[in-house]
Amino acid sequence: MTTLTSDTAMDELKAYIETVKKKARPESYLIAILHKAQHLYGYLDKEVMNEIAFIMNLPTAHIWGVATFYHYFNLTPKGEHTIAICLGTACYVKGAGDLLDTLKEELKITIGETTEDKLFTLQEARCLGACGLAPVIMIDEKIYGEMTPKKVVALLAHFRTEK
Amino acid sequence: MEQPGSDTHLHNRSHAIFGDMSFFSKQMRIALRNCGTIDPDSIDDYLQARGYEALAKVLTEMTPPAVIDEIKKSGLRGRGGAGFPTGFKWELTAREQNEEKFIICNADEGDPGAFMDRSAIEGDPHTVIEGMLIAGYAVGAQQGIVYIRAEYPLAVQRLERAIVAARAEGFLGENILGSSFSFDIEIRLGAGAFVCGEETALMHSIEGFRGMPRPRPPFPSVQGLFGKPTVINNVETWANIPVIILDGAEWFGSIGTEKSKGTKVFALAGMINNTGLVEVPMGTTLRDMIYDIGGGIPNGKKFKAIQTGGPSGGCLSEQYLDTKIDYDSLAQAGSIMGSGGMIVIDEDSCMVNIAKFFLEFTQNESCGKCTPCREGTKRMLEILVRITEGKGEQGDIEKLERLGTTIKKASLCGLGQSAPNPVLSTIKNFRVEYEEHIHQKKCRSNFCDYLLTYTVTDKCVGCTLCRRVCPSAAVTGTPKLRHEIDQMKCIKCGLCFKSCKFSAITKTSH
Repeated sequence: MTTLTSDTAMDELKAYIETVKKKARPESYLIAILHKAQHLYGYLDKEVMNEIAFIMNLPTAHIWGVATFYHYFNLTPKGEHTIAICLGTACYVKGAGDLLDTLKEELKITIGETTEDKLFTLQEARCLGACGLAPVIMIDEKIYGEMTPKKVVALLAHFRTEK
Repeated sequence: MEQPGSDTHLHNRSHAIFGDMSFFSKQMRIALRNCGTIDPDSIDDYLQARGYEALAKVLTEMTPPAVIDEIKKSGLRGRGGAGFPTGFKWELTAREQNEEKFIICNADEGDPGAFMDRSAIEGDPHTVIEGMLIAGYAVGAQQGIVYIRAEYPLAVQRLERAIVAARAEGFLGENILGSSFSFDIEIRLGAGAFVCGEETALMHSIEGFRGMPRPRPPFPSVQGLFGKPTVINNVETWANIPVIILDGAEWFGSIGTEKSKGTKVFALAGMINNTGLVEVPMGTTLRDMIYDIGGGIPNGKKFKAIQTGGPSGGCLSEQYLDTKIDYDSLAQAGSIMGSGGMIVIDEDSCMVNIAKFFLEFTQNESCGKCTPCREGTKRMLEILVRITEGKGEQGDIEKLERLGTTIKKASLCGLGQSAPNPVLSTIKNFRVEYEEHIHQKKCRSNFCDYLLTYTVTDKCVGCTLCRRVCPSAAVTGTPKLRHEIDQMKCIKCGLCFKSCKFSAITKTSH
């Protein structure tokens, strides 16, 4: 995830929207623009969405409607590391429920929340496509397979000391 | 199984490489023919594996109607799950008079427990491109779109590289291979909505809207993306196309059963020894799948159920193990083929809970547009939660059945029409478990926490750990003596069970 000062981020976003505007049916690229914005800012800020609405000449309500419909978009800032626990079927039958309990206990947050020290955000994933390694959790972009509650605790400790 | 004879045939290359391992010997790889055997980032590797030969063949030797005829004759049906005949779908779009038509690849693989499309694209992205090109030529479309999950960054990256390479070699772009045919492909990312796997919802999403379905007809083949005629097929369907063109409809039609031709890729997972991607000829039995290819259930546990089709499918019990894997047999048994998720469930899993798990998923993913799906699944879920918490009532099963049938009949799209399947199929095949939960407040798999009793056995050495972790002060006892659990105070949180280092606490269903 890139963290940029908002000015450079906004410049990059505007440049991207300009390239989109040259394509056929530019308004159909709204989801791509939101992906770009989330990549630049880490989440979809209200102000940023207003700005997109202004440049694209689309109602803000429409952009909000789209942003809130899709699970991939975050409307609040995330922690430094994002932990996605897979609750897909294969992981579920192999004990993902216990992993989730451990994560909740250890981090003192529930799904969708960020820890007080802004280090971890906990999310649920509906299958990461790594069922052969079930149960899995994904921290940032890396998959950790064949997890047990004990391994989860060790992994969190590792990330905490890394800080 | 009859195989095409010569050594140059590449369909079973993985078999040639991996030899006689039972995991591979019963498989037949058509859609996945290159996965794991070529470098997905190298167009040269793909070209050496007969890549783009099928495209060259259709452009130089076949008319568009001849291509459609060949696909129709092959008997190929949509691999996304519904099994609509692919050639017929193409023909409907080809018939439309419109300057602009679209080809879409549906790579919005949302079923929990399924990873066929991801692996196919990561392992052999050019096959998908070639399949789409052939359809573009056959129906007269110039623009292709791959709608893929944003959660699959590697697949997206490999596909992007493959498109760039194909353009550089002249397989995509203007006047492909010197013909008058022009075609290009663009990638659009999804954003995490299960309902977008439904074709009309997917098209709304590409158009930049909330991914909600609309009533059909008009079908996408007539009025699809941006109102234009559109062919939309699943990744695996596209991967089959080049092989059918090269080796012929007759050869393809010789594989499989009467009404389901070719092979199907499954993501075999759950309580099974060999997990992974499996491609088998249609007509293979579930038993072969689980015991020969899958290597049986680990830890000496007993088989309980096999779940096919993800949240839209059903759970089949032991009596269905000899069912053939094809569209019609699975439907008749009360499940569906689906896109290829296949989860094996052993005796430790509670079927009521499995049904609840799937319904939680579909309930959460319901887009909210139509009432039966939005409200109905919520009411069903409430009943299931009650049952697993020991508050089930007489008549709950019948209520679930009535709600389920209504939702199936009245919902707008495939999500709602299939959402009750996991519940209805478990009621059909495991009704006694529901009855035990409701009437005897018993969970035979010792899974539903609310129905369990925690007790301390003789193994207890009196270490006092359980007494200290218990949040409701239900555990009593003095150090070095056996402890006791006050059942009236116990809130069934299971902390004592998890913390005990001497396995002295048991949980049982009475």
